Amino acid sequence: MLELAIGIILGCCALGAGCAMIAGIGPGIGEGNAVAKACEAIGRQPECKGSVTSTMIMGCAIAETTGIYALVVAILLIFVAPNTLVGVLKAALGL
Amino acid sequence: MNDQQRKWRAKDGLYLAMIIVPIVIAILIQILTAPASEGISITGARIFFEIPMPLMPLLITEAQVNSWLIMITIVGVCLFLTNGIHENRGDWRQMASEWIVEKVDGLVTENMDPVFHDSYAPFVAAVLALSAFSSLMSLFGVYPPTSDLNVVGGWAILVFILITKNKLKAGLWYYTKGYLEPIPVMLPMNIISEIATPVSMAFRHFGNVLSGSVISALVAWALAGASSALLGWLPGFLGEIPILRVGLPAILSAYFDVFSGCIQAFIFSMLTMLYISGAYPGDELEARKAKLAQKAAMAK
Repeated sequence: MLELAIGIILGCCALGAGCAMIAGIGPGIGEGNAVAKACEAIGRQPECKGSVTSTMIMGCAIAETTGIYALVVAILLIFVAPNTLVGVLKAALGL
Repeated sequence: MNDQQRKWRAKDGLYLAMIIVPIVIAILIQILTAPASEGISITGARIFFEIPMPLMPLLITEAQVNSWLIMITIVGVCLFLTNGIHENRGDWRQMASEWIVEKVDGLVTENMDPVFHDSYAPFVAAVLALSAFSSLMSLFGVYPPTSDLNVVGGWAILVFILITKNKLKAGLWYYTKGYLEPIPVMLPMNIISEIATPVSMAFRHFGNVLSGSVISALVAWALAGASSALLGWLPGFLGEIPILRVGLPAILSAYFDVFSGCIQAFIFSMLTMLYISGAYPGDELEARKAKLAQKAAMAK
């Protein structure tokens, strides 16, 4: 029975990590839009290339935040959560 | 001129040692204390020892020790560059230090309220240098302090204190009233958004550096597996050398350690400047000053 419980914990952690990374879609679309607009702006006014590029990198890094949150959650679910949850289960069973 | 230069040579050696020795110490600590492991192991900062304290033990971790060493290195760099500065002498070290100071001053004047121009450049430069050096430490194979949430969390709390201090410039009443705007029902939302500032700053920096090191570790592990699968048939120890691990992870390192680390350092200091400058109630203070002037004119 304990094996089954541990298996469910491990499987759900992996599933949860995969689901968390769906959040990668948002920053991908957002950064793509930002870069597309920056390319347009540089094409229209090539003399502003420096400031457009630095502003774009700044905006991209901020738009990346939600994706990074998802990544942190996924990493915690894969590398930290299984040990903790199995420990909690064993403590609850008095092992 | 030559005499002056000769006089500083011993000091220069000392400062150079101050730059190099901490990095070497960090690498030695890493070599001596890191457990040899096969496969991947993603762990937090290792705890070296604990100091017993009344509430809970004070943990001295790898991240803390490395960030102390980085601080010594940065002080060494500053002393080395500025040692023997003279208004008529222009060697490369003076040029470099002047360039750094000019760039940081330019950043601060561009992004902050005029009130902060004189006082905030050193703080911003310190944040920038500490963050960039900490992220670049992973190039030496050392645990970068910025991939520990406690370190970046500490910096974010420092920035939060500065933000609150500047919000309080217009008085406690004005500060408290800011939470009840636009309608008093928004109070919980305003408190949450106030707390979200340092949390998001810390998590952004920490997540970027951590994701870089995790992906590098995964790629290195996968390349070792691939090379043992491809070249495992070679006789003797030749098959055990993970030849694919040579060089390929360096390409990833150029992005994750150098580019991402420097960009995150820049963004952290940029957000520091913007938040602190945005917290300063300049319009309110101007309006009060104008009102006082009007009153004085009326009295005349």
